[in-house]
Amino acid sequence: MTIALETRGLEKSFGGLKVTRDLSLKVEQGARHALIGPNGAGKTTVINLLTGVLKPNGGRILLEGNDITDLAVHKRVLRGLSRTFQINQLYADLTPLETIGLAVSERLGRGGDWWRRMGTRGDVNQEIAETLGRFHLLDVMNERTATLPYGKQRLLEIAVAIATRPRVLLLDEPAAGVPESERHDILAAVAALPRDVTVLLIEHDMDLVFSFADRISVLVNGAMLVEGPPDEVARDPQVKAVYLGEAVHA
Amino acid sequence: MNAVSDVSSHAIARARWRPAEIAFWMLALSCAFLFPSRYLIMTDILRLALFTLSLDLILGYAGIVSLGHAAFFGVGAYSAGLMALHGIINEPVIALVVAGLIAMVLGFLTSFLVIRGVDLTRLMVTLGIALLLEALAERFSNITGGTDGLQGIEMQPILGMFAFDMFGKTGFFYSLIVLFLLFLLARRIVNSPFGLSLRAIKNNPLRASAIGVPVNRRLIAIYTVAAFYAGIAGALFTQTTALASLDVFAFERSADLMLVLVIGGTGYLYGGLIGAVVFKMLQELFQTITPQYWLFWIGLVLVVIVLVGRDRMHRWALWLPNLIIRQIAGRKAVVAVPESDAP
Repeated sequence: MTIALETRGLEKSFGGLKVTRDLSLKVEQGARHALIGPNGAGKTTVINLLTGVLKPNGGRILLEGNDITDLAVHKRVLRGLSRTFQINQLYADLTPLETIGLAVSERLGRGGDWWRRMGTRGDVNQEIAETLGRFHLLDVMNERTATLPYGKQRLLEIAVAIATRPRVLLLDEPAAGVPESERHDILAAVAALPRDVTVLLIEHDMDLVFSFADRISVLVNGAMLVEGPPDEVARDPQVKAVYLGEAVHA
Repeated sequence: MNAVSDVSSHAIARARWRPAEIAFWMLALSCAFLFPSRYLIMTDILRLALFTLSLDLILGYAGIVSLGHAAFFGVGAYSAGLMALHGIINEPVIALVVAGLIAMVLGFLTSFLVIRGVDLTRLMVTLGIALLLEALAERFSNITGGTDGLQGIEMQPILGMFAFDMFGKTGFFYSLIVLFLLFLLARRIVNSPFGLSLRAIKNNPLRASAIGVPVNRRLIAIYTVAAFYAGIAGALFTQTTALASLDVFAFERSADLMLVLVIGGTGYLYGGLIGAVVFKMLQELFQTITPQYWLFWIGLVLVVIVLVGRDRMHRWALWLPNLIIRQIAGRKAVVAVPESDAP
């Protein structure tokens, strides 16, 4: 099996506090891999290390075998590693159309184009329309993002990550805070992600984790506790003790 | 496919000329014939408008605050003055462009300092650079003329054909054309993918880099372009007044600029132009009423603007023009909406 994303002995401390300890993680090509752990386990730090927002104190990060540990955030995106955000990090004043349009333009290397007006490139328009359609955003494409219902914003969050055409996608709690009535759309969008995109899901919601993941890593205190297929992880006594407790749906 | 044409028409709509914009420029042009005795003050407004447009590019679109934008204005002003004084480049249009380019180089070099840090750091760094240049200009008074400024600048005719006259008519049309051309360029820039990426950076720099936008490179680019604009404004100042003295670098100039942009509003390009008109007219008005205390009234207006909120005032101001246009063009014709309501 090819490894899409790998960390080797990743370390991160803030002052004297070690938040990531010797973390070695392998995510296989095309996998639906979930990273779970109790609050404060260091899941968000791992995402920030993978995407380059934080620099590790030690260890390496490899994307499809290439070392990306020292690459800037935007360069990792162009190499095919994208993420969604736990709390919406969208552009409040931009429309969904502009948000997706920007992602597509940047991917095609046209983001620095200062002469051509937006909307005049057929291939870009085509792709914007496809992406918006896939995530049920066509009807709101020209509205300010800040005014969209929360569920639509969550969809846009995933849509914009997909618009960068990632080969590895980090999903940070995609369904967090979404009202029950709009949840279905999000779960459907997550389930419909293309199979060739490798997904690393960071999630609290155990229903979503166990319905979606084919492999689970459990993170406790910044270190890997257990890794394996869902049924194995669910049966693991260590996991039950530390984290899952009675919440297990086994 | 229907969705694709929807996408394309919505995307292009933002860049389409609105009737209110055309009316704005027609009005600007007609001022030349309506007030033939006021060329000097109108030229002053045009220069300020161009200078503010420069600040709007970095502040309104990319979210870079600056309290030292006079640095580029001053460099443009002195460059144009020195070129004319020593006969290095005599033709005003070429000298104007060269002066702008010199300011642009300075903008590029200092941009690396400015993009570091956030708002407060940027305010201090930009302020520091402007003060530094002012002190340098004072120190090298053998070149700059020190506190007396450059003496005896004589401008040659524009393109060898249009001589500057004492009523400022040539200067006015010259400034208006320069402003309009640079406005067109700015309009093009902000409606491009590049301009869109700037707005994204202003909204959320973290997310911008997370979708592949090279944030620093974009900020450097727009800061450099803005420096060019400010340099041109400074060069226009020297060319139309035949003056260049230390006050081109003054802190008040940078601070006033912020004021003008707050009055006019950021992020829709016309803010700088409208702000310049309002600011200069208020200045004129208050100076006539109370020559000593006009700054008090300007301050008061500023406080009111910030408290009432510009959006609301904008809506009030547009009520009458919209009413008239609706009478002429029918119910559905909306000519002007506050920028916050615009799609």
